[in-house]
Amino acid sequence: MTNKKTIYDKIWDSHIVSANEDGTTIIYIDRHLVHEVTSPQAFEGLRLSGRKVRRPESTLATADHNVPTKDREKGIADPDSKLQVETLEKNAKENDITYLPMSDKRQGIVHIVGPEQGFTQPGMTIVCGDSHTSTHGAFGALAWGIGTSEVEHTLATQTLIQTKAKNMCIKILGNVIPGVTAKDIVLAIIKKIGTAGGTGYVIEYTGEAIRNLSIEGRMTVCNMSIEAGARAGLISPDEKTFEYLKGRPMAPAEKDFDAAVKYWKSLATDDGADYDETVEIDAGEIIPQITWGTSPEDVVSIDGFVPDPKNETNPDKKKSIERSLDYMGLKANTPVNQIKVDKVFIGSCTNGRIEDLRAVAVIAKGRKVADTVHAMIVPGSGLVKEQAEKEGLDKIFIEAGFDWRDPGCSMCLAMNADKLKPQERCASTSNRNFEGRQGRGGRTHLMSPQMAAAAAITGTLTDFRDL
Amino acid sequence: MEKFNKLNGHAIPLPIMNVDTDMIIPKQFLKTIKRTGLGQFLFFELRYDQNDKEISSFALNQDQYKGASILIAGKNFGCGSSREHAPWSISDYGIKCIIAPSYADIFYNNCFKNGILPIILDEKIVTKLQEASENTLNFSIDLEKQTISFVENNEQKEISFDIDAAKKNCLLEGLDDIALTLNKVSAINDFEDGQEKHTPWLYGNKI
Repeated sequence: MTNKKTIYDKIWDSHIVSANEDGTTIIYIDRHLVHEVTSPQAFEGLRLSGRKVRRPESTLATADHNVPTKDREKGIADPDSKLQVETLEKNAKENDITYLPMSDKRQGIVHIVGPEQGFTQPGMTIVCGDSHTSTHGAFGALAWGIGTSEVEHTLATQTLIQTKAKNMCIKILGNVIPGVTAKDIVLAIIKKIGTAGGTGYVIEYTGEAIRNLSIEGRMTVCNMSIEAGARAGLISPDEKTFEYLKGRPMAPAEKDFDAAVKYWKSLATDDGADYDETVEIDAGEIIPQITWGTSPEDVVSIDGFVPDPKNETNPDKKKSIERSLDYMGLKANTPVNQIKVDKVFIGSCTNGRIEDLRAVAVIAKGRKVADTVHAMIVPGSGLVKEQAEKEGLDKIFIEAGFDWRDPGCSMCLAMNADKLKPQERCASTSNRNFEGRQGRGGRTHLMSPQMAAAAAITGTLTDFRDL
Repeated sequence: MEKFNKLNGHAIPLPIMNVDTDMIIPKQFLKTIKRTGLGQFLFFELRYDQNDKEISSFALNQDQYKGASILIAGKNFGCGSSREHAPWSISDYGIKCIIAPSYADIFYNNCFKNGILPIILDEKIVTKLQEASENTLNFSIDLEKQTISFVENNEQKEISFDIDAAKKNCLLEGLDDIALTLNKVSAINDFEDGQEKHTPWLYGNKI
């Protein structure tokens, strides 16, 4: 036994309220993000049991899953979506929770809004009724997605009953080659460990390639931890983290900030701390990645081929490949850079930040979206949209023929009006390529913003470095 | 929450790996503000074609599986989203127990909050049980004893399973987690007092 701790150990230990007799632990929750889809039943549960929200000031609510991304002034057309958003607004008001409405420029996807406002900070425990809460791990926070029962538990008690997970270290050795993004790194990780590889673990991402990522890039990596089966993924905070947080509205100010930085610096994993599992990946071997199938582990390099089920010896996997090929309308052994797309979706909590939009603009500038493609860009928040417009990126997008939208989750999960039609094929910067995810019968290929932009221009999955 | 102790019923085989939450309950049914009524939409896109007609090859549409209360699934069942609509739709349909080689973490936890018993067994045993379920056998599940028993070819068979003691107790007693935690409210108060002294910036700073 060693006294050296990982960052996960440290955050866990500093949030223990009580050890229960049955071996579970009551863990204190510092921050809670709430959106319209997974919260109404939780607030209803509180009402029915006569319970109150314990700490409204540690909770932040906004509507993102259901909101329209155009013609907002007309309101929400779908009556069910409208009711859900209105219910959130009412619940927030009744419980004195800060709510950012659709008309507020700070509204956006919860996982983009939290960091933007400085609501997300190192060392915190953060939960939300959404599996991509792992995004906030980029700051060295322990952040994970919960179901509605746990949303209610958090609202009522500011705690959750938990069992500690194991520690996994994923080390990205060396640095990536130019043009390889955070998205490519995380897709390569999921390809290596599989969608259940992280089950039962909290993943810590380390190594030079991770250190060299911007905070935005780190969020992209941590965001998809859940696609590797891990509830949470995190990165020890460093100067980049502190610099990002300085001056944000909800971040500690002045003297508090200095004290906070001192504390945040103590959070990094101790040298020599033990992990239950360590996975190493050579950064230099990663080139732009895409998915070909219907699971985020169905990853192939852009110079690769659609797999052939004949080469698979595991009968379950073979069946799964056959099912995916059928759903995706793909033939085995097709070079992936010959796959034509109908739609392009750039946005989501994975890749809807300003850095992503800047990268897209570099590719879009002076080029045109292919006639056969409809390409939409959905900023992750109103502030991302405002910043992009300040930099003139919107003009570049519109000039190139992209559809420039208002912020929300949009076609990442297609709960609002933005969805694929059956058999439509989409190059998407989102996080899930499940059957029907972007619309019933729709076919999703996951990739980086640069790759999605290149697919928009050429109409075919393309290595953007060849443009 | 309703207590779970013993369950008798038929089982539905679903031999697909990585069944995700979008397959269990597609997003168009997440716009509800209630917990009930989702059973009719369970596995919607596997169950109905694009004209909303039943797909006859899918087990849930076959007469022999009508009224079944157990689902025998593939590995990594319930991967994807944290939506509790997934266990709500399963429970509302009438399924109270799932047997699979492994589950996604959030889904697994959500089951226990909704009186559903998710059993984990070796992949080979799960495959055998799937085959047995095709003969519309009656399975008896006893959570207290941690056993699944059934009669196959006139032979009484019993399989035992492991489960975390705390989770087992939660189902057996039908416990209300929130009430249990609120019994320890003084520990929560103490924690907040200590944390506010140590890291004061975590308190205040409302938008």
